[in-house]
Amino acid sequence: MNELAITVIGRDRPGIVADVAEVLARLGANLTDSTMTRLRGHFAMTLICTGPAAAEVEAALASLAAEGQLVATVRAVTPDGEVPPVGEPYVMAVHGSDRMGIVAAMTRVLVDAGGNVTDLSTRLTGALYVVLAEVELPAGVAATLIDRLHQTAAELGVEVTLRPADPDLL
Amino acid sequence: MTGGASGPGVGLGDWTPDSLAVPGVVRAVVSAPDPVLSRAADEVDPTAAETVQLAADLVATMKVSPGCVGLAAPQVGVGARVFAVDVTGHPKAVTVHGTFVLCNARVVEATRWKPGREGCMSVPELTGDVKRASRLVVEGDLPGSGEPVRLVTDGFEARALQHEIDHCAGLLFLDRVAGAHAVYQRKVYL
Repeated sequence: MNELAITVIGRDRPGIVADVAEVLARLGANLTDSTMTRLRGHFAMTLICTGPAAAEVEAALASLAAEGQLVATVRAVTPDGEVPPVGEPYVMAVHGSDRMGIVAAMTRVLVDAGGNVTDLSTRLTGALYVVLAEVELPAGVAATLIDRLHQTAAELGVEVTLRPADPDLL
Repeated sequence: MTGGASGPGVGLGDWTPDSLAVPGVVRAVVSAPDPVLSRAADEVDPTAAETVQLAADLVATMKVSPGCVGLAAPQVGVGARVFAVDVTGHPKAVTVHGTFVLCNARVVEATRWKPGREGCMSVPELTGDVKRASRLVVEGDLPGSGEPVRLVTDGFEARALQHEIDHCAGLLFLDRVAGAHAVYQRKVYL
């Protein structure tokens, strides 16, 4: 079974998801995990599909791209084994005045503590910059990590919070 | 305290799982997308022998499932409005009624809504952010005696009750998540 990593980015308009999903379904490409979201007026889709050969999907999406302002990429990927979690889930929230290097500096602090970012989104609205990250942290590092995050945030002139995102099993 | 003619009793009185007087059998837990999880379950006769057995089975299955604080009949493949809850010892629990089973339960008051991330034995690989009332009043019937009860609770027990009552209505936490980015892969710690 081919596994394909597909990205589609284009000017946002109603129907992008339906159009792309229809093309994939027609080819027998099974949409597995995906995120699709609007980023500053562009609609960005990142998808993993299984099924047809990459060239076939690329050709079909190219015809869709020709009609509008969509850019699509398709590449065959090797299914990875499950990555074992490094520890406990936390959410890091950062907000403040926009400036260069906020994501780079804050995520570097997480990595240096042995953390692994599993999801991250940023938003720039006016002068306000917002970063939200899901991060797995090794057990016991959160208490010292928060001090380092505060220190880096202070240097950048932004605010940071780190809170546990442990789910309750019901 | 027991129920009077004017309405359901407040609290469980002297009800315990031992009141069921039948040994529970551990049942297999079903996972989504099993259709039984998406159907509104049927009202039951709380005094019927099959309801009493189901109640005992739910308690037994809940007890052998690590970390499980509640289990509804649809989760063992039975479309009946019956569930077991026990949040004893959970760090987020405030009010705790111990181990109990309710039949035909319904929410009569729900206030102070708070977000929280929850997982479910029947959706083992995902969790989601769901708002639940942190102050809750629930009415239902006790299995065996059929006595109507009114439970006033809060915090984590309130969340568990709402999750189980949802199961009996054919709803999963996935039906209530806060948005497109509010579902997460569940991490399993080794």
